[in-house]
Amino acid sequence: MAMLEIRDLCVNYGMIKALKGISFDVNEGEVIALIGANGAGKTTTLHTITGILSAKSGSVKFEGKELTKTPAHKIVRMGMAHVPEGRRIFQQLTVLDNLKLGAFTRNDAAGIAEDMEKIYGRFPRLAERKTQIAGTLSGGEQQMLAMGRALMSRPKLIVMDEPSMGLSPILVSEIFDIITSIRKDGTTVLLVEQNAKKALSIADRAYVLETGNITLSGKASDLINDEKVRKAYLGE
Amino acid sequence: MGFLDNLINGISLGSIYAVIALGYTLVYGIAKMLNFAHGDVIMVGGYLIFTCATTWGLNPYLSLVIAMAGCTVLGILIEKIAYKPLRQATSLSVLITAIGVSYFLQNIALLIFGANPVTFTSIVNLPKISLFDGQIIIKSETTAAIVVSVLIVVGLSLFVGKTKSGRAMLAVSEDKDAAQLMGVNVNRTISLTFAIGSGLAAVAGGLLCSAYPVLSNTTGAMPGIKAFVAAVFGGIGSIPGAMIGGILIGVIEILGRAYISPQLADAIVFAVLIIVLMVKPTGILGKKISEKV
Repeated sequence: MAMLEIRDLCVNYGMIKALKGISFDVNEGEVIALIGANGAGKTTTLHTITGILSAKSGSVKFEGKELTKTPAHKIVRMGMAHVPEGRRIFQQLTVLDNLKLGAFTRNDAAGIAEDMEKIYGRFPRLAERKTQIAGTLSGGEQQMLAMGRALMSRPKLIVMDEPSMGLSPILVSEIFDIITSIRKDGTTVLLVEQNAKKALSIADRAYVLETGNITLSGKASDLINDEKVRKAYLGE
Repeated sequence: MGFLDNLINGISLGSIYAVIALGYTLVYGIAKMLNFAHGDVIMVGGYLIFTCATTWGLNPYLSLVIAMAGCTVLGILIEKIAYKPLRQATSLSVLITAIGVSYFLQNIALLIFGANPVTFTSIVNLPKISLFDGQIIIKSETTAAIVVSVLIVVGLSLFVGKTKSGRAMLAVSEDKDAAQLMGVNVNRTISLTFAIGSGLAAVAGGLLCSAYPVLSNTTGAMPGIKAFVAAVFGGIGSIPGAMIGGILIGVIEILGRAYISPQLADAIVFAVLIIVLMVKPTGILGKKISEKV
C-alpha cells in the first residue's frame, strides 16, 4: 500500500473543473515531483490533499485513512506538513514564533527543543535571526523558515509547493539540496515545481499534470529524457 | 471641579472604554469583522449583574463572575449562530448582521426587563482615596476601573504573547489558511476570541454601571460606539492601542464636557476620530493592513 493514494480526484472552482479525476501514488521514502504549466492544477492538488480545499469526488488516502472529509488542522496531526506556495510564513511574528507554530500539534517540550536545534543546524541563518520579525527576512530565508516550520511538526510526508519560486540560481540549488537532505532523514516528499529540470533531477518518480489531467508519469530519470517533456517543460 | 478631578474621571471612563475596545480589537484582529453587537453584550452583562446582585441578593463579586460566564456563552452563541455561517460572505453582509444582532439583544432586553431604566447598585466596595487633605477625592469606582483595565490589558498581552492559544490567535489573525496548516483549529480560535471579548464586556458592564448607575436596554449602545472609536483611534487589532485609544477618548470626552461644551462632548469625540482617520488611517499603533489578492 502506498503512503499516499490519490484516486479519481475531482475538484471544482465553481463551474471550472480544476482537477478532472487524477490518480497517483506516493510511496514511503520517495521524492515525487508533480510538474506542469501554470494553471494545470498542481497547487489545487496539494491544497486538496492537505484539506484547504474540498474535493468534488474521488479519494485521498494517507496511510490507509481517507482525508477528503478531514479538516486541514487534523491532517497535520496525522503526519503531513505543507510548505505552501509563496511561503506564507507569519510575517509579523518572529522566526522563533513561526517555528513554535510549526510545532503547534505537539506537546513534547523536550522533543520540540531538540527539533528546533536540528533546524537551526540545518538552517544556520535562521538561528542567527531567531528573534527577528519574519517579514524582514530575505526571500531565501523566508523559504527556509517555511520549510523549517513544516519540519517542526515531525511530518512523515512533506508536500512542497514551488519552493524555488522567485529565488536566485544559487539559492535554488541550495533549496534542492535541502530537499534531498530532508529525504535522507526519512521524510517522504511530494514536490510541485515549475523548475521541472531541477525537480526531475532529485525526484524518484514524476507525474505531469496538464489542465486537470495527469498525462504522463514514470521514473524521473526517464521523463527527463522524454521528447515531449523536454519540449514542453525543459525548454529544449 | 478642578482640572485634576476631570483628568482622573477621564482616565477612569477611558479605562472602561479600553476594556470594551479590547473586545472590538480582538474580534477584528482575528475574525476580521466589526462586531457591532459588542456594546449590547455590555448591557446584557449589566442586567445579569443587576439580576443576581440586586434582585436575587447574591454577593456582588459572585454576580460579576456569573455575568462573565453568561456573556462568554452569549458571545460564543452569537458567533456560532449569526457570524459563522457568513465566514465566506462579504464584509457588508457581516456588518448588517452585526447591527441586526445588536437590535435583537436590545429588544430582547426590552421584552424581559421593560422600558424603565433601573438603578444599578455599585458592585465596587472599596474605600475612597483622599488626596491633598481631601481636596481631591477619588471614588472607589474610579480606582476600580483604572486598576481592573490595567490588569486586563497586561493579562491579555501575556496570554496572547506567551501561550499556545495566544500564538494560535496571532497566526489566525495573519493568515487563516497557513494557521490551519500548522494544525490550528480556526473555528475554535475564533470562538475563543468571542468568548474572551464577551467575558470582558461583562466586566466593562459592571464597571460602567457602577460608575454611571442607570441601566436600560440601550445602555451599551453609546459606550460601545465610543469604544469602537477608541479601538480605531489606538489602531484596531492592537491590544495596547485599545488601552491608549480608550484612555484618550475618555479624557477628551470628560475634558470636552467640562471646558468646551457638555452638549458637544460626544461630537468632539467623533470629530477626533475623523481627524485621526484623515491623518493616520491605521490609528496610533495600527499596523498597515495589506489586502491579499
